[in-house]
Amino acid sequence: MARDAIRDKVSIVGVGCCQFGENWDQSPADMIVDAAYEAYADAGIEKPQEQIDAVFTGSIYSNKGPHECSDALKLWKPVTSVSNYCATGTDAFRCGVMSIACGLYDTVLVVGYDKPKDRGVAGPSVVMTQVRDLPQTPAGWFSICASRYFEKYGAGRDDLARIAIKNHHNGTLAPNSFLKREITLEDYKKARLISWPFGLYDCAAQTDGAAAVILTRSDLAKSFRRDPVVVKGVTVFAGPNPQKDPTMDFLAWKPSIEAGQVAYEMAGVGPEDIDVAQVHDCFSLTELLTYEDLGFCEKGAAKEHIQDGRFEIGGGLPVNTDGGLKSFGHPTGATGVRMIYENTLQLQGRAGERQTPDAEIALSHNIGGYPTACGIAILGRA
Amino acid sequence: MIGITSYGAYVPPTRLALATIGGLPTQEGGPEKAVAWNDEDAVTMAMTAAVNCLRGFDREQVDGVFFACTTYSFAEKQGAALLARGLDLPRRVRTNDFAGSLRAGTNALRAAVDAVSAGTARCVLVVASDCRMGAPGSGLELNFGDAAVAFLVGDGDAVATLDASFAVADELVDVWRTAGDPFVHAWEDRFVVQEGYTPRLVEGVTGLFEKTGSQARDFAKIAFFAPDARSHGSVARALKLDKQKVQEPLFGRLGNSGCSFVLVQLAHALETAKPGDRILAASYGDGAEALAFSVTEHIEKLEERRGVSWHLERRRGVKSYDRYLKARNLQRGEYESPRDQGLSATVHFRERDEEVSLVGHRCRSCGAVQFPQQRVCETCFGKDAFERYRLSDKVGKVLTYTFDFFFPTPDPPTVVAICDIDGARVHMQLVNIAPEAVTLDMPVEFEFRRIHQSGGRPNYYWKATPLTA
Repeated sequence: MARDAIRDKVSIVGVGCCQFGENWDQSPADMIVDAAYEAYADAGIEKPQEQIDAVFTGSIYSNKGPHECSDALKLWKPVTSVSNYCATGTDAFRCGVMSIACGLYDTVLVVGYDKPKDRGVAGPSVVMTQVRDLPQTPAGWFSICASRYFEKYGAGRDDLARIAIKNHHNGTLAPNSFLKREITLEDYKKARLISWPFGLYDCAAQTDGAAAVILTRSDLAKSFRRDPVVVKGVTVFAGPNPQKDPTMDFLAWKPSIEAGQVAYEMAGVGPEDIDVAQVHDCFSLTELLTYEDLGFCEKGAAKEHIQDGRFEIGGGLPVNTDGGLKSFGHPTGATGVRMIYENTLQLQGRAGERQTPDAEIALSHNIGGYPTACGIAILGRA
Repeated sequence: MIGITSYGAYVPPTRLALATIGGLPTQEGGPEKAVAWNDEDAVTMAMTAAVNCLRGFDREQVDGVFFACTTYSFAEKQGAALLARGLDLPRRVRTNDFAGSLRAGTNALRAAVDAVSAGTARCVLVVASDCRMGAPGSGLELNFGDAAVAFLVGDGDAVATLDASFAVADELVDVWRTAGDPFVHAWEDRFVVQEGYTPRLVEGVTGLFEKTGSQARDFAKIAFFAPDARSHGSVARALKLDKQKVQEPLFGRLGNSGCSFVLVQLAHALETAKPGDRILAASYGDGAEALAFSVTEHIEKLEERRGVSWHLERRRGVKSYDRYLKARNLQRGEYESPRDQGLSATVHFRERDEEVSLVGHRCRSCGAVQFPQQRVCETCFGKDAFERYRLSDKVGKVLTYTFDFFFPTPDPPTVVAICDIDGARVHMQLVNIAPEAVTLDMPVEFEFRRIHQSGGRPNYYWKATPLTA
C-alpha cells in the first residue's frame, strides 16, 4: 500500500461557503447554489456545465441523495452522495480527490450541505426508536470521556471554558459564521448544563449551511488560478462503536488517533509541521482530546497548552481560526468542507484578521458517530 | 411438601408524602405512599420482585409463570410471557395472566398451588403487581400505593404450605376501571364499605374458619385487603381480632397496592414468621378469597430475601406534586409523544435476547463477553462461535459516566454510564442515585425499566442501579 499515492496530485482551485445560520428563508438548493457559484467564481469557472466532470456531495439530513445537488445546479453529471456521520464533508472531498488522482476526471465539484433547522427542534433531538439506542443526547455521547479524563489528568471545566471563549472570539472574525459574540468566563459558568461537564457554551450551535470546493489535476491547477492549494493527504476512518470496545479507556478517541497517523503518512508530514488546524469542536472536550489525539501535544498535557494560549490566533498553532463548529454551527455534511474552505484561505493568505502568518501546511479534522467516524485532510501551499 | 418455596418483593423507592398531594409542608415520618416513577410500571415492578424471589434459585427449574395484575399496559399481549423472557427462563414455560379483579393475586397463588398439586407443573413463579391510579385530588389517590410481590410455588422445601382456601364471588359495582380509563372509580364510599367490602371480607374469613374448624386465635398473623386504614380497622373489629394478630397493612407507608396488596402483607409476615406459625391472607374484589398457610421449618433455612422490610428502608421523597404528575404522565407536555409506529416489531423480535433479557454473548474461542450479540468477536475476531451469556443477574461497574440534562425526564439530569459487565460494555442509564453520588468503578446491578414510549407503547430495557448489599 503506497501511502503517498495521491500526495500533491490534486489541487484546490476554488472554494465557496454560504452564510451559515438559521436560514429560515433558504432551501438546501439555495445554499448549494450560493456555495457552488462562489467556488466557480473563485476558480474562474464560467461554464460549469462544461468544465465540471463530476460532483461529490455529502449530507446527513437530506433524503434526496445526489439529485438534490444536480437539480439545484442543473448539472448532468456523474453525482455521488456520501454519508459518513460528521466526517461526511471530508469524505465527499476524499472521494473527489481520489477520482482525479486515479485519472478518471480532470475537475470535480465537492459540495457539503445540511439543513437541520427544518426539523422543528432547537437543540439536538432525542429520537429513540430502538430501546438500545444511545440512552442520551449527542452531548452525552461526547461527554462520556470527561469523568475519566478529568480524574486522571486534572483538567476541568475551566480548561473547556478557554476553548469555548477562544472559538466564540474567532467566530466574530469570520464573515460567514453564525455566532458573532464574545463570551466571558462568567457567561460560561452561568450557562445551563446540557450534559455534564458540558454547559450551553461547550456545545456547537445547530445551523444550516453549505460549502463547496473545486478540485482539479495539479498540473492543470495554475490554469484556474495562480495560487492553488495542494492536497497532501486525506483519509477517513470508521471503527466499531467505542462504547462497547473492550480496550476503550475513555481518555482518547481512537478514530482520531488512527486517522491522524494515516493522514500524516499520506502527507509525509508530522504534527510538528502543522501551521494551522480546524478540528472538530462539536463539544469543547472533543477539541481538547483532538489536540492530544493528533499529536499537537502529549497525552494529558492539553490543559497546559490551552493555558499558554498556543491554540489561539497568534499562538504557536492556531486552531479553529474561523470559530469552528462553535460559531458556525454544525450542518453535518457542510462542516468538513467549510473547514477546507477556511484552510484554503489560510494557505492563500486570504484569511484577514484570522490569518496565520506564513501558513504552509493546514489540517482539518472531523469526528462523529458514537464517535466512530473520523475524516482528516492535510493541505499545503503549492 | 408443596407450597411457597421462596418469595421476594419490590416497592418503588420513590415516596409521595400525602402532605405533598395537598400542597402542605412535609414532616419527617409523616404519612406517605410508594409511587412508581416515570420509568416504572406494573410489569417492571413485577420483574424486579421476580428477580428478588429467584435469587439463589435455579431459573432452569421454573416451568410456570402466573402474573396477576389489573394495570398491565396491554389489553392484548401477555405480561407473564414478557416476564418469562425478561427473566431468561426456559422457553418451555407455561404462562398465564390473571387480571380483572383485585383478587387476581390470591387467584394466581391458589392456582399455582393447584397446578403443582395436580402435577401439571413443578415450579411456578407467581407475581402480583399493580400500579393503580386514583384521579388527582381524589380520595382513592391518597390510599393507593404501588408494589409487587413474587412467590415461587413448588414441591420441595416449602417454607409455607397452603392448608385451605375459601372463596365467595359476587356482582357489585363498587370499585371499577373501564378499559382505556387511567383512573379507578368508586361508588359512594359508605356503600362500598358497608355493603361491599366489610361484609364480603368478613364472610371470606369466617367462611374459611368454618370450613377448617379454626378460629382467629389459631393464626399467628391475619393479613387482609382494605381500601383504606379506617375500613381495615372496622374489619379487624368485626372479626374481633387481637391487635398483635393483625398484619400491619402499611397504610401511610406503602398504600393499597391493588391485587398485590394482601400478598405483600403475606410476604412481610413470612419475613418474621417461625416454624409452626399459621398465616391467613384474605383478598377482596368481586367477592372475597381467604388462604390459610402453615409455616414450616424451612423458613429458617431460606436465605435472607429482598422482601418488604428491605424495600421499606430504601426511600426517597418526591420533591413536589408537580413532579409526580409529570412522572405519571398526568400533565400534558410541550412535546407530545411522537405518533410514529414505534419499535420495529421485526427488529425487536431479532433482538429480544438483548432488549428484553439483557443477554449477550461469550466467545467460545477467547472467552470475551460482549453485548449486544455479535457475529464477529470484538477481541479475537473469531466468527459465529458464541454462547448466550446472561448479564441481567451479574454485578457490573461504572466505567465512565455523564449527566444528561436534555433527556426527557421529570427530574433531570439523567445519569448515564458505560458499565462493564464481566468484560462486556453496555451504555445504559443509571437510576436510584443522585449525580453527586456517582463514582468511577462503583458496583452496579440491573433492573428492568421503561426506556421510552415510542409508538405510544411502553418499551422496556434494563438500567443500572447501585449495588445494594
